[in-house]
Amino acid sequence: MEMSALDVLNAMKNDEQPSTKRNEPEKEIPNDMTNDGKYKVLIENLAVSYNGKKAIKDINMKIPDKAVTALIGPSGCGKTTLLRTINRMHDLTKGAEVTGKIIIDGENVYDSHINPILQRRKIGMVFQKPNPFPTMSIWDNVAAGLKLNGVKDKGILNEIVEDSLKMAYLWDEVKDELKKPAVALSGGQQQRLCIARALAIQPEVLLMDEPASALDPIASQKIEQTIIELKKHYTIIIVTHNMQQALRVSDRTGFMYLGDMIEYDKTETVFKNPKKELTSNYVQGRFG
Amino acid sequence: MSRDLLAKKKNFHWDSIFKITATCAGAFVLLIMVLIFGQLLSDSWLIWEKEGLSFVTGDRWNPVEGREAFGALPYIAGTLVTSLIALCIAVPLSLGIAMFLSEIAPTRIREPISFIVELLAAVPSIIYGLWGLFTFRIVFKDWFESPTHEALGEHIFLFRDAPFGLDILTASVVLAIMIIPTISAVSREILLAVPAIQREAAYMLGATKWEVFRMSVLPYAKSGLIGASILGLGRAVGETMAVTMLIGNAVGPKAFPFGFFQQGNSLASIIANEFNEASPVSMYFPALIGLGLILLFVSLAVNVCAHLIIRRVTNAHEGGIKGF
Repeated sequence: MEMSALDVLNAMKNDEQPSTKRNEPEKEIPNDMTNDGKYKVLIENLAVSYNGKKAIKDINMKIPDKAVTALIGPSGCGKTTLLRTINRMHDLTKGAEVTGKIIIDGENVYDSHINPILQRRKIGMVFQKPNPFPTMSIWDNVAAGLKLNGVKDKGILNEIVEDSLKMAYLWDEVKDELKKPAVALSGGQQQRLCIARALAIQPEVLLMDEPASALDPIASQKIEQTIIELKKHYTIIIVTHNMQQALRVSDRTGFMYLGDMIEYDKTETVFKNPKKELTSNYVQGRFG
Repeated sequence: MSRDLLAKKKNFHWDSIFKITATCAGAFVLLIMVLIFGQLLSDSWLIWEKEGLSFVTGDRWNPVEGREAFGALPYIAGTLVTSLIALCIAVPLSLGIAMFLSEIAPTRIREPISFIVELLAAVPSIIYGLWGLFTFRIVFKDWFESPTHEALGEHIFLFRDAPFGLDILTASVVLAIMIIPTISAVSREILLAVPAIQREAAYMLGATKWEVFRMSVLPYAKSGLIGASILGLGRAVGETMAVTMLIGNAVGPKAFPFGFFQQGNSLASIIANEFNEASPVSMYFPALIGLGLILLFVSLAVNVCAHLIIRRVTNAHEGGIKGF
């Protein structure tokens, strides 16, 4: 039985207890309690190559709404590549070629009528290293995305800046010095500022590429707390090298190896009871 | 056993040799600076003794023995004016070239064009001078200077003089052409050095190429781009050959640059032009050397200003990006 992606998504949304088996019998993911069974992002037959060299081979995933999905795997396995295809950041990489579909709310982001620039405004991204705009103040950094989108009203801007900083758990630390340059903050604060900047554009999905890898343990703990709070409102996809982190923050985990999605399941299952030996070896630290 | 081997290695004399040679090489720079300064000062001593500070502020220029009068002000002004006009023309164009090469050009044409730009920077200034003298000034006079003079000459004093082709503006435009390769090659390097993650921060928010450049690349590269422009200015201030051939070589009060189409002179060009005629025993020779000393100071001042500007821009935000 063939169903279009839109049908799949609608079925997901309409059905309180969807039978995933009915839609995609071959890659069944057990339903968990975190997301009412709704899926935000559907990845279908996604393949990415750089100058003809395959980086990702035929990945299928259903990413639950308002939950954290972690992508783990050894360096070079394609997890960052996968993340960057979701907001079409790979359009900027020379020689990158993407085939397959990524469907967010029923719309394929690789559809020919989609403008990648407008598409990116719907998806937030946080990078490996904190990258605030160095010459801008804290306030300007958070407001940057809104201003790009044509928001000029100072009152609205102030309100969203405050909300975003509160969401990123940075507000209490910076509320009295919003005019200070962003680079005066510590590394961990800068990274939470970058989260606030990404949240300010009211994204539907938040992508995080090893957001805590450049931070000390205390700062990275704060980021993790932030992520756990954020998943109440956002669909979060996080790439991480730190398996403990994946275990702590995520609801689903996908283990990738050499461009393949080896195993994608509930985080607990992937770590405690993996189906594949490769996964088991990796999560137990036997390689990678 | 291996421990004994390691303990025996005591080739520390290489370290002292390294230190001494490097220190000597470093001191060499200082030595050259002191020697040049000393030589210029001693050779021009007579003129400072005779004219004092009025050598810098005066505007008369008469090398005839018995009626000697020397003042450097018109040439200092000539140097600064031609260099600044050249900078005003060259900086926007060079930024455009650098932006095209770093942000817009496809890889296929990026490399060849970058190569051509760097090649242009290596063209000797006499070539630019010859081209300016035999080709450019004629075209420039017929197509730009004469029409502008006819249209604006009566109303704006800057365009008042009848254009001849060898004037302040021609020299400035050729100077601009000469410094464009330098400024654009350095600017391109600086723009390319902006980390990808900075651009991606803006792309992530849904910025277009121009918006990425404006909000992410430009602020990050600002101090470096100013540095690149100052590098060009430094070259323009000291440029001799092409300017000498094109500036018109006026001397005395009428060399003071009051209009675009006026014949002028710069510090470097008057030295180059009159050096042959100066007898080492007259006042003429020390006067020219004195101009050289002033030129050295003008160049130093330009560089010091550049550093101050860059530091101000860089420190505008504490812990800001160190660009250049």
